[in-house]
Amino acid sequence: MYVTVENVSKTYPHHGATFHALNDISLEFERGEFICLLGPSGCGKSTLLNLLAGFERPTLGRVTIDGVVVEAPSPKYVTIFQNYNLLPWRTVQKNVELGLESGNLSKKERQERATRYLDLVGLKAFAKNHPQQLSGGMRQRVAFAGALAVEPEIIFMDEPFGALDALTRMEMQDEFLKLQKQQGTTIVFVTHDIEEAVFLADKVVVMTPNPGKIKRVISVNIGEVRDRTSPDFLAIRDRIFGEFELKQKDRTEYFI
Amino acid sequence: MIRKFLRAAIGISVLIAVWQVAVTTGGFNPQLFPPPQKVLSGIHELIVTDMLWDSIVQSMLRFFSGYLSAVVLGMALGMYFGYFKGAWQFANPVAQILRPISPIAWLPFVVLWFGIGDIPAIVIVFIAAFFPVLLNTVSSVSKIDPTYFKLAKNFGLSRLDTFTKIIFPAAFPYIASGLHIAIGTAWVFIVAGEMVGAQSGLGFLIVDTRNNLRIDLLMSTMLIIGLLGLMLDGMVVYLERLIYKKWGAVSG
Repeated sequence: MYVTVENVSKTYPHHGATFHALNDISLEFERGEFICLLGPSGCGKSTLLNLLAGFERPTLGRVTIDGVVVEAPSPKYVTIFQNYNLLPWRTVQKNVELGLESGNLSKKERQERATRYLDLVGLKAFAKNHPQQLSGGMRQRVAFAGALAVEPEIIFMDEPFGALDALTRMEMQDEFLKLQKQQGTTIVFVTHDIEEAVFLADKVVVMTPNPGKIKRVISVNIGEVRDRTSPDFLAIRDRIFGEFELKQKDRTEYFI
Repeated sequence: MIRKFLRAAIGISVLIAVWQVAVTTGGFNPQLFPPPQKVLSGIHELIVTDMLWDSIVQSMLRFFSGYLSAVVLGMALGMYFGYFKGAWQFANPVAQILRPISPIAWLPFVVLWFGIGDIPAIVIVFIAAFFPVLLNTVSSVSKIDPTYFKLAKNFGLSRLDTFTKIIFPAAFPYIASGLHIAIGTAWVFIVAGEMVGAQSGLGFLIVDTRNNLRIDLLMSTMLIIGLLGLMLDGMVVYLERLIYKKWGAVSG
């Protein structure tokens, strides 16, 4: 397996007691897969993402990527944070170049690479603008271009579309999924939106809180082109609603 | 805009009118309380005798030596201590004890060590500017969105790059307000520094005109000090605007 999470627990001291953010969870997935960590707040999905990305270390157990134990963040695995990763004092172009500046590319190669990825997300014309001049969706695309430009093996995303309005959000999901399939990048995506998870993921990891653990991993085998209103889409969505016990039980009474 | 200027002009006119009325009706000794036009012609006298220009150049050189070194050192140390919070726990008590000591209280000490000349005034300006810059920078760095540090780690930026590419620009809009406060404070103290520790400059001009009982020139000098302070402040406001424009949304 490309990524493995083996019996991982993460606890924090909290007002003298111990808070179990994650309790003995295991998970594995292959290269190129799109994984959604789905659950309500407090289920430990962001904690799990931080452990995978190397920002935090597990209290118990271990996380490996490509056979190597994760101990620190690395440019091979880029995280896109909720507030978009963008530095407001840099132009769009310079923001995309940021991740390349610690590598050994020449200035010209950096510029070319950034331009290529900006073009890919359709924002080449905005290279000289500052992030605050762009809309939320455009900023998210810049952040995505910046992550792709590093040519990472995995992209971790923490509710990246959380701040967008519903329509922009769906537009971004469409575009983003297309780009991911085209680039073949492995993605781990945190969300609390069930539809978003079903629309994007190859595997939906259903998580529950108190203590945070994985309830079930659901494979979404409904092809690459997804229709939010098709019966198989709704069937999987229904199943996940069921996992969260959000579905009304059938209370119809029958009389003969 | 026109309204603003008009109101400023009216405010100043009222001040001058009250001054003039006090002089004409108060029966004060005109040597000790000169009327406004005497002070204006005093400025003219200071200009034609070259005293004013020389004093301004002297004071400005000392002022900027003290202020800029305080800014550079205050920002460098401030960023260091803002980032390494453990180290700040050692340095903070020291800063808190030294900060309330008026820069003027350092004067006798500084004059004994370095003698009369440029150094005392520069040191006073330095002390006056250093603490606001330092403390403001420390708190600015601690206000930086932690996501920026995660981003720097993720992209494998070196520590130096993290300081120059992330911490400094992220904190700068907040640091700038510290620089603004410091320039005003430092300008107040250059006069004190030169009154005691120098033989030239605007502060010395104050002492010199008093010794010659030229109260009109004394008041002219005071007026010039006020106007220069206003000019320095305007300069910082202008620079701040440029920065906020470039930094945009981060100022909020």
